[in-house]
Amino acid sequence: MASVEVRNVRKIYQREAERLVVLDGISLEVATGDFVALMGPSGSGKTTLLNLIAGIDQPSSGDVVVGGTEIGRLGGRALAKWRARHIGFIFQLYNLIPVLSALQNVELPLLLLRMSAKERRRRAESALQLVGLGDRLKHLPRQLSGGQEQRVAIARALVSDPEVLVADEPTGDLDRASAEEILRLLERLNQEFKKTVVMVTHDPHAAERAHRILHLDKGVLSN
Amino acid sequence: MSFLSLVLVNLGRNKRRTLLTFLSITVALFLYCALGGVLDTLDESIKVGSETRLVTRNAISLIFPMPIAYRERIARVPGVRSVTVSNWFGGQDPADPRNFFAQFAVDAETYFPMYRSDIEIVEASPPQVAVAIPEGMDSRLAAFMSEQTACVIGAQLMKRMGWTLGQTITLNGTIYPGDWPFTIRAVYRAKVKSFPEDAMYFHWKYLDQKGMAGRSLVGAFMLSPSDPGRASEIQSRVDAMFENSAAATRTETERAFQAGFVSMYGNLPFVLRVIGLAVVFAILLVAANTMVMAIRERTGEIGVLKTLGFEDGMIFRLVLAEAAVISLGGGVTGALLAKLALEGGGFSITNFLPPMSVYWSTVLAGIAIALLLGAVSGLVPAWQASRLRIVDALRRVD
Repeated sequence: MASVEVRNVRKIYQREAERLVVLDGISLEVATGDFVALMGPSGSGKTTLLNLIAGIDQPSSGDVVVGGTEIGRLGGRALAKWRARHIGFIFQLYNLIPVLSALQNVELPLLLLRMSAKERRRRAESALQLVGLGDRLKHLPRQLSGGQEQRVAIARALVSDPEVLVADEPTGDLDRASAEEILRLLERLNQEFKKTVVMVTHDPHAAERAHRILHLDKGVLSN
Repeated sequence: MSFLSLVLVNLGRNKRRTLLTFLSITVALFLYCALGGVLDTLDESIKVGSETRLVTRNAISLIFPMPIAYRERIARVPGVRSVTVSNWFGGQDPADPRNFFAQFAVDAETYFPMYRSDIEIVEASPPQVAVAIPEGMDSRLAAFMSEQTACVIGAQLMKRMGWTLGQTITLNGTIYPGDWPFTIRAVYRAKVKSFPEDAMYFHWKYLDQKGMAGRSLVGAFMLSPSDPGRASEIQSRVDAMFENSAAATRTETERAFQAGFVSMYGNLPFVLRVIGLAVVFAILLVAANTMVMAIRERTGEIGVLKTLGFEDGMIFRLVLAEAAVISLGGGVTGALLAKLALEGGGFSITNFLPPMSVYWSTVLAGIAIALLLGAVSGLVPAWQASRLRIVDALRRVD
């Protein structure tokens, strides 16, 4: 069964008189439990496609179906709720809240789900232990290395147990060793926890860890 | 972690800015409540008079006297239990003419019994001769009653002037010229907060003989009705009785009479309200600007929160709550500070008014204004944050 279906999606930006076609009739399927890498030059539309799959942007035309839900049909509020339950987003620059501890950052998405404070804390601690940061619960982001920050961000992405993890260049800001740790972690989440992973990357080494590599160029899939 | 702790953590991220905003709101609400306190004090001053006792004065103006002979006729009006007289003296302390205090010439035999529920004698000279004390009068006023130049002074005035019991003081008359010696024979304290404790009372007969050459005029009659329900009827009857006299009268409740004094302040209450609201409005702009800046700095984070699933409404409430917490905190602090500092410190606006009051209603109004200020100052940034598109917000992070 396909976890992600993108059907003939176009994304067009209108800037004054200029019409910019970022995605031009993209169609693709990502099976449940698959690990897909999206590659392509800058401006090819990778991040835009990822944003559409994550439900943080809407296509100009076409459909995006994730976990059986056609997300283009969801209104703003329903879409936010859907994201909270079904999508884990990993950013290139981690985007942790600087004034919150690692534990509090991971707890954030759980504030949107109905559960006790105790249960929230228990789940956040488990997620941090899973990414190997059980001993860094009280640390603020500035007290962590880049690799550790990204692991906290991954714990935040998976704490609400979403089906799909979307990662926008998750190793783009890391040294080789830290990048390797993050990739291993994503592999583990994919293999052990059956998470569907869609990852945008510039790094061929990182892309090799995926089951499938898709190339985007000028808004169209080239293979 | 909870939503509230998220709000508090966000407020703590720039402690200096939060503290300065908090303090500016505290100062604004302190000022608002202090100015409100001036109005409350004026309001308190009109409560000096009772709502059942009546005052009869010259219909043209308080400054025109009436013959004391009116008293007999007023006393005969059905429903009037007792009548007393009072006359404004307007003397000055020659040592310090600006050190103003109120002095009243009263008919002691009837005045003190009528006001026994408002004041109590706390100190008095022992009588040198035996004197009959009228019914209802404190027996400690015997020395005062036996001496024409004796006076009774409020405890607060005694303290302020550094006078002692038995001391002879001399005032310069401004309405009734000359040097006026008085001997302090008793000290009173107010039983009710609203009664001024910094006034002086002396015998009207002394004023009549020395200042009026026996013309026997008075500034006001105080009437105590036997039945408070008949006050309105008495008012009409008294005024009708003197309608065609040389000195027509105007009778009203004591409270209305005092309110007439307050009305002499003209538009002062309005001006004070406008100043108070202007201060609050100025701070509103400061607080709103601070909130806009604080939220603009966190545009990227708002994008992240939305990506995690925070709805627009939640973001709106989160930002609004930040503004409300800081405004409410500053507002409550400022308003309570005004209440505690101005009332607790026994601060006086003038010697003519009772000690400063800040009503709880003023404090609550201040807190409500602070809450409103928080809501309004947070409205624009909250709206902007909630309407922010995720992709635009995240782009600013990159």
